[in-house]
Amino acid sequence: MPEIRVTPLGAGQDVGRSCILVSISGKNVMLDCGMHMGYNDDRRFPDFSYITQSGRLTDFLDCVIISHFHLDHCGALPYFSEMVGYDGPIYMTHPTQAICPILLEDYRKIAVDKKGEANFFTSQMIKDCMKKVVAVHLHQTVQVDDELEIKAYYAGHVLGAAMFQIKVGSESVVYTGDYNMTPDRHLGAAWIDKCRPNLLITESTYATTIRDSKRCRERDFLKKVHETVERGGKVLIPVFALGRAQELCILLETFWERMNLKVPIYFSTGLTEKANHYYKLFITWTNQKIRKTFVQRNMFEFKHIKAFDRTFADNPGPMVVFATPGMLHAGQSLQIFRKWAGNEKNMVIMPGYCVQGTVGHKILSGQRKLEMEGRQVLEVKMQVEYMSFSAHADAKGIMQLVGQAEPESVLLVHGEAKKMEFLRQKIEQEFRVSCYMPANGETVTLPTSPSIPVGISLGLLKREMVQGLLPEAKKPRLLHGTLVMKDSSFRLVSSEQALKELGLAEHQLRFTCRVHLQDTRKEQETALRVYSHLKSTLKDHCVQHLPDGSVTVESILIQAAAHSEDPGTKVLLVSWTYQDEELGSFLTALLKNGLPQAPS
Amino acid sequence: MLDCGLDMTSTLNFLPLPLVQSPRLSNLPGWSLKDGNAFLDKELKECSGHVFVDSVPEFCLPETELIDLSTVDVILISNYHCMMALPYITEHTGFTGTVYATEPTMQIGRLLMEELVNFIERVPKAQSASLWKNKDIQRLLPSPLKDAVEVSTWRRCYTMQEVNSALSKIQLVGYSQKIELFGAVQVTPLSSGYALGSSNWIIQSHYEKVSYVSGSSLLTTHPQPMDQASLKNSDVLVLTGLTQIPTANPDGMVGEFCSNLALTVRNGGNVLVPCYPSGVIYDLLECLYQYIDSAGLSNIPFYFISPVANSSLEFSQIFAEWLCHNKQSKVYLPEPPFPHAELIQTNKLKHYPSIHGDFSNDFRQPCVVFTGHPSLRFGDVVHFMELWGKSSLNTVIFTEPDFSYLEALAPYQPLAMKCIYCPIDTRLNFIQVSKLLKEVQPLHVVCPEQYTQPPPAQSHRMDLMIDCQPPAMSYRRAEVLALPFKRRYEKIEIMPELADSLVPMEIKPGISLATVSAVLHTKDNKHVLQPPPRPTQPPSSKKRKRVSEDVPDCKVLKPLLSGSIPVEQFVQTLEKHGFSDIKVEDTAKGHIVLLQEAETLIQIEEDSTHIICDNDETLRVRLRDLVLRFLQKF
Repeated sequence: MPEIRVTPLGAGQDVGRSCILVSISGKNVMLDCGMHMGYNDDRRFPDFSYITQSGRLTDFLDCVIISHFHLDHCGALPYFSEMVGYDGPIYMTHPTQAICPILLEDYRKIAVDKKGEANFFTSQMIKDCMKKVVAVHLHQTVQVDDELEIKAYYAGHVLGAAMFQIKVGSESVVYTGDYNMTPDRHLGAAWIDKCRPNLLITESTYATTIRDSKRCRERDFLKKVHETVERGGKVLIPVFALGRAQELCILLETFWERMNLKVPIYFSTGLTEKANHYYKLFITWTNQKIRKTFVQRNMFEFKHIKAFDRTFADNPGPMVVFATPGMLHAGQSLQIFRKWAGNEKNMVIMPGYCVQGTVGHKILSGQRKLEMEGRQVLEVKMQVEYMSFSAHADAKGIMQLVGQAEPESVLLVHGEAKKMEFLRQKIEQEFRVSCYMPANGETVTLPTSPSIPVGISLGLLKREMVQGLLPEAKKPRLLHGTLVMKDSSFRLVSSEQALKELGLAEHQLRFTCRVHLQDTRKEQETALRVYSHLKSTLKDHCVQHLPDGSVTVESILIQAAAHSEDPGTKVLLVSWTYQDEELGSFLTALLKNGLPQAPS
Repeated sequence: MLDCGLDMTSTLNFLPLPLVQSPRLSNLPGWSLKDGNAFLDKELKECSGHVFVDSVPEFCLPETELIDLSTVDVILISNYHCMMALPYITEHTGFTGTVYATEPTMQIGRLLMEELVNFIERVPKAQSASLWKNKDIQRLLPSPLKDAVEVSTWRRCYTMQEVNSALSKIQLVGYSQKIELFGAVQVTPLSSGYALGSSNWIIQSHYEKVSYVSGSSLLTTHPQPMDQASLKNSDVLVLTGLTQIPTANPDGMVGEFCSNLALTVRNGGNVLVPCYPSGVIYDLLECLYQYIDSAGLSNIPFYFISPVANSSLEFSQIFAEWLCHNKQSKVYLPEPPFPHAELIQTNKLKHYPSIHGDFSNDFRQPCVVFTGHPSLRFGDVVHFMELWGKSSLNTVIFTEPDFSYLEALAPYQPLAMKCIYCPIDTRLNFIQVSKLLKEVQPLHVVCPEQYTQPPPAQSHRMDLMIDCQPPAMSYRRAEVLALPFKRRYEKIEIMPELADSLVPMEIKPGISLATVSAVLHTKDNKHVLQPPPRPTQPPSSKKRKRVSEDVPDCKVLKPLLSGSIPVEQFVQTLEKHGFSDIKVEDTAKGHIVLLQEAETLIQIEEDSTHIICDNDETLRVRLRDLVLRFLQKF
């Protein structure tokens, strides 16, 4: 029995370290290859030894697909391809291919240069890894091999984020990666056609949340920032260099412009300008409005937002700083946080999800005393605000996508178990499809029953279709043909053609039944009586009286003859072939009952 | 419908539309017939022995008489030059279909149309000549007006509103995207290497494949290289949009362009390059970017004047995914893919929407001006022709191959300025075509008639035609051509439950047969076979029904039979089943088995069996089933 198997190596009932193995019709595909922000040990990367204990990964995997450039989806890629060893194709979109190596290099620097980790991947490994990447366009059907094809759909979430359809024959799986069903200030909404996959693997970060309108959140955000700088406080906004940062920059930029504010806004790291440049060059991946107006005004050229220097953190007076990374787990955002945490006038706004174990997650869950490296304890007095700006679909959005794609079953990843459970029930209730939520290392097996494509001869098909168009053909009709299986080609042809192709002759089986009738009239008159009787009885059939005196019903021949001994009896010879068996048998039975009395 | 290009050579018969009142053009003498009849002198003007129509220029449309446009379901566009007639096709014709094109094709096509509309609308011309189109009058006119075809269908330019409406019917697609049309066929655009977003199209069903190759290039310029591999295994390959100048080598032409440009400027003259606002101009600017410093031209201003100049330059930078590998990798740095960004930044290249406004303040000579339209009949180029035509220091360099430069120049004669003809056409030449055909091996090639014979002007050049086996099938305007394939099969899906119930028999080694009786479901041109419904239980009520309701459906077909019946075994079987008194007679073709008691006769021949009996259904059915044991069913 054919089946689809799915095993999450990461992101099973968890957020972070996305990595999902899919086997479909004998093809093995790995979806994403992420790292976990919450760990610094072995657990930070997926356990690739699960894939194969001894063999080479390249022999086992047909391809790897990366949905977008966030590190929890691509952070383990150089480790996987260069240190564990994989030489097959890695598919991602153009913007992901452009931005991914930069974030990987950033990540490497923090891990190796700042934390001094050994045995980490090198810059060269990132380069070598990226050489294995094949860029895909949206909606392009990429033929991985003769049977396996993949296709990318727009996912919103971040620049270049894509959902992927993986298809072998008539079986398919759709993997959403992270996606967003509502357009924001710089990106459009995710979209997929009614592709009816056997399985939809969807993220479920916000499985239980239904977010209020974007406008309200934006107003709220601006109000908080404004109030803080008004009272002379500093605002820290930890972000990832690409994505939410651009959306919030556009938001603050327009607000500053409108309110004519002079308080400085900074963007940490040299990535800013570079990042914005990517947005400009990949403007076709942003939303409608930005694309339409980019010739007149490039939304990614900011007037009020300047590059940040680390010495600025100690400057007196209010300021707003965007700093990376977004979960306060390392780097500049954490440094600034430590400097500003002690002052209650200041504020930190977390605009996205924080995984467990990060400083971001700790302060959001209300912790106010943090143990830092070297047993230092940091007291957090600054205000901590959480604003969900991360561009994941909320419960409503997830349901919307399931409705769009119409899958036969759903599998949840990239979320917390408790919330998933809730969403799982909701999906099963609403769509009447089964919904799974495997933990890491747990395999879900879905039996599939693919239909079998064969070639049908056009002659046979047309004959059937023409008859299918007749008005009385409302009831289901049977198509009769012969399936010719030769080597691996399957063809459905009419039986006559099959016989002919095989050089076999048809064997005709014919029946002739004698039916005795009491009738003193002449044979011709008997035949005429038979004709009128059948004509009135068999309204749906073609009944004919031929010049030679015989009667036909469709292709059944009826002749009347005199009885050799009894002149008062006539013999009807009813003759038909095996193909008309039922009608022939019916006619003899009908005629046996005699003819109705002729009107005198 | 494959493409809908606009024949703009018709505009060569019209007088140029000057942006600024031109005394020379407005004082041209009217034209009169040989007998002195001057009733056409308002419509026709004479210039240096050529006669021009003094009217709003008109375009020659694709053939629309032959078909009802409301029956066209889909239009496939191959590149932005091949969609210029779109508004004429989609607007006011009853067209309700979908147009498929790539995003760059649509965006740049919009720019080209916008430019065209702008050029024509900003110079309102009161006069619209129509007298000369009268068939009886046209006969009397001098060439080329006399020979112009289909003049009655020539139309004025569309409006921006019509352009927008036409473009709204476009569905954007990406390379290698498989698009299902009505479940019957699948179309796929492939990179054709000629321009940003230019495509060849594959139209295929499960058993047939047609490739439409239009405007393709094997040269490495800015677009993504041509995808040849996907064209393989075509039943029919439709080939069009070859180079207009098969004898010119584009690389050589670029070199000539640069050296002529440098020569003129060094001598203090100006260079005018009539061009489209997108396409080859990107490559020319890139060449100049590398060339100007070495040629000592760093101080010479380059102007690009078009209502869409800015948009065109901006758009070229954002279609990284549609560019050649080199340019693509620049974006990863991230740097703009085209060096004209740097030319603009360093003020070497300046662009303006028109000669009015800022341009007049910045204008310095000597200079190089890129502007449209290449026909020299409208656009800012008309102004520069009038301005610079009188001086032999200046040069006009023709790079676009769509128009004959001599005809383009005709209304400006006599002309002192130098004219250089450097047509740059990167599309396939005949050598490349034969290489391509060898590579992709289509069963049949279909192409316009012109490609099957050498050009009329070079009739000895047998190398300037398509040479393939079997010979290419050719077509011409308004001709109907039947494509040479016979459709034999279509795809059908067998539901798994039905497939499980099939019983294959091996008839010959490697060939198995299975008889299929199933219900055919057809929806959206997709066919599915489902298992037959279970026979319904006979109604339990004893009530007598009307006879006609019991009549069996004769369309339930019994299988065909094959094989032959060995008489001896058959007789043995009969005996085993209780028949006695069996007599066998030999006949010419076979045997007759007589069951004397039952007055039944069975004729057995090689390919037929005939059972003749009394009306005893039980007996007949028994005999039937015994006969069937010896036969195979299909």
